[in-house]
Amino acid sequence: MTSESLRDTYGEELKKLGSIHKEIVVLDADLSSSTKTASFGKEFPDRFFNMGISEQSMVSAAAGLALSGKKVFASTFAVFLMRTYEQLRQSICYNNVSANFVVTHAGITVGEDGATHQIVEDVGIMAGLPNMKVTVPVDSIETRSVIDYLVEKGSGPNYVRLSREKFPVLNEPDYQFRPGKSVTFLDGSDITIIGMGVMVSFALKAAEVLRGRGISARVINMSSIKPIDRGAVLKAARDTGKIVTVEEHSIYNGLGSRVAEIVSEEYPVKVARLGMNDSFGKSGKSWELFEYFHMGVDDMVKTAETCFREEPKYENIS
Amino acid sequence: MEQISVGDLKGISAQIRKRVIEMVYSAKSGHPGGSLSIADVLTVLYFREMNIDPLKPDDPDRDRLVLSKGHASPGLYATLAIRGFFPEEYLSGFRKISSKLEGHVHRGVPGVEASTGSLGQGIGIAVGMALAGKLDRKTYHVYAIIGDGELQEGSVWESFMAGHKYSLDNMTVILDRNRVQLDGFTNDIMPQNNIREMVSSFGWEVIEIDGHNYEEIIGAVENAKNFKGKPTFILANTVKGKGVSYMENNPKYHGSPPANDDEYERALRELSGDVP
Repeated sequence: MTSESLRDTYGEELKKLGSIHKEIVVLDADLSSSTKTASFGKEFPDRFFNMGISEQSMVSAAAGLALSGKKVFASTFAVFLMRTYEQLRQSICYNNVSANFVVTHAGITVGEDGATHQIVEDVGIMAGLPNMKVTVPVDSIETRSVIDYLVEKGSGPNYVRLSREKFPVLNEPDYQFRPGKSVTFLDGSDITIIGMGVMVSFALKAAEVLRGRGISARVINMSSIKPIDRGAVLKAARDTGKIVTVEEHSIYNGLGSRVAEIVSEEYPVKVARLGMNDSFGKSGKSWELFEYFHMGVDDMVKTAETCFREEPKYENIS
Repeated sequence: MEQISVGDLKGISAQIRKRVIEMVYSAKSGHPGGSLSIADVLTVLYFREMNIDPLKPDDPDRDRLVLSKGHASPGLYATLAIRGFFPEEYLSGFRKISSKLEGHVHRGVPGVEASTGSLGQGIGIAVGMALAGKLDRKTYHVYAIIGDGELQEGSVWESFMAGHKYSLDNMTVILDRNRVQLDGFTNDIMPQNNIREMVSSFGWEVIEIDGHNYEEIIGAVENAKNFKGKPTFILANTVKGKGVSYMENNPKYHGSPPANDDEYERALRELSGDVP
């Protein structure tokens, strides 16, 4: 599998769309060379606002620009956008303006910078905001398609979570993102692994190992966290009876929680959640950290196998 | 619009203040003090200085005002109603379940540019509107009214930096310097004794006025509109609760309505000029 940078793709796509859509404006908070909005800024200096290390002012200004008819993209590291929760809540979501917050360096794949910069709570925080939509692109192709979608058809507030690391390319080149629509990368009948972000590529590897052990695993990329593909979750519950969720995020309030909510409301089945378990990250190489926090391919295989072999604790009531 | 006389403006502001008292008394809650302190500024802006048309609230060329101190919603709602953005009868719905007149300023109300209520954000929204105005080569002017307690929010100073960086001379911030906040006097809660110098050092043109003197308000706003190269900050010295004797300079009336019918009627009599 080749790997490509999601944030490089974001920067390139923004620059490309900027020449077609003159209403696009971009804001950053002194991280444009890392979030990759700098290339837009170089090409369209009049429509690029580097607000300095002032995230609160950036978010409220984004609201004012959106209220004045601009298509707004604002970027910083995921962790730093969180300090503007209340600006997002009131200036952005309560006013229900079309502003897109495309953040980079989310999750533990920030690596060496360590726990202070590795946010694993952001998806839950953002998805809890009324009107806010949350997307976690799995690869560069999906990143490009998400940005295209937001420019062409997007409305209201959006949170898009990108990484520092390059991620394996999983989608076909002609893939088109749609909110609330998941992609099944691999079909299976014994268990379903629902993943978010880079964990989907691990899930595909885990599925290969599981196949060798006689377990047929379905693998779903749930990039649209809000709205979520409720139908695909329930179909997985009905078809395979057991679900494992995998996320580079806290298992509390992220993908796993949302999947568990859906099945417990309509078709209760066992859901095993793999991700960060109420802990901060730490410094290290990104790929070492997945092993360290028991979120790697081996852990995924073990979790899925245990889950599959375990007797159901309760009969489905539907 | 035609230049309205100072005498007429004073009559309008008295009306606004009476509506404020009626709204908070009917709702049995709300923020009269900071609404009464900005009534004269709002009157000058909406009835004389701002380029607005109640029949065209979405006109792209209109001037904009963001009430960053969103708790002063009674003051803004009353001003907008009297100016003709919506019927005055709607004011009686303030803070009630059947109404759009939310307790804090809400964009669903005609004439309201942005929902506000959490302090330190409206000024940033105004910065965004001013940036858009520059980008689109529009001539509209953006006003933000902030409170002096609000100056304690760090985000306000972030926005001062942005206004300076982008030379937003199409933007004016008006400080309602009433010296009172919820817990008491601003000088006790968190003193900021050199506001003029502080804001000036952030690169803004500063004009200090008596925020209840119409000639001074008009002069400052007209200077601000015509000033080129940097944004203007009007430090308007005001009296919290202005016009109702027992509310003036009394922190209790930051967020409390008249306590009983006697207080209510006294407030309305004083605002009608019927009390010695």
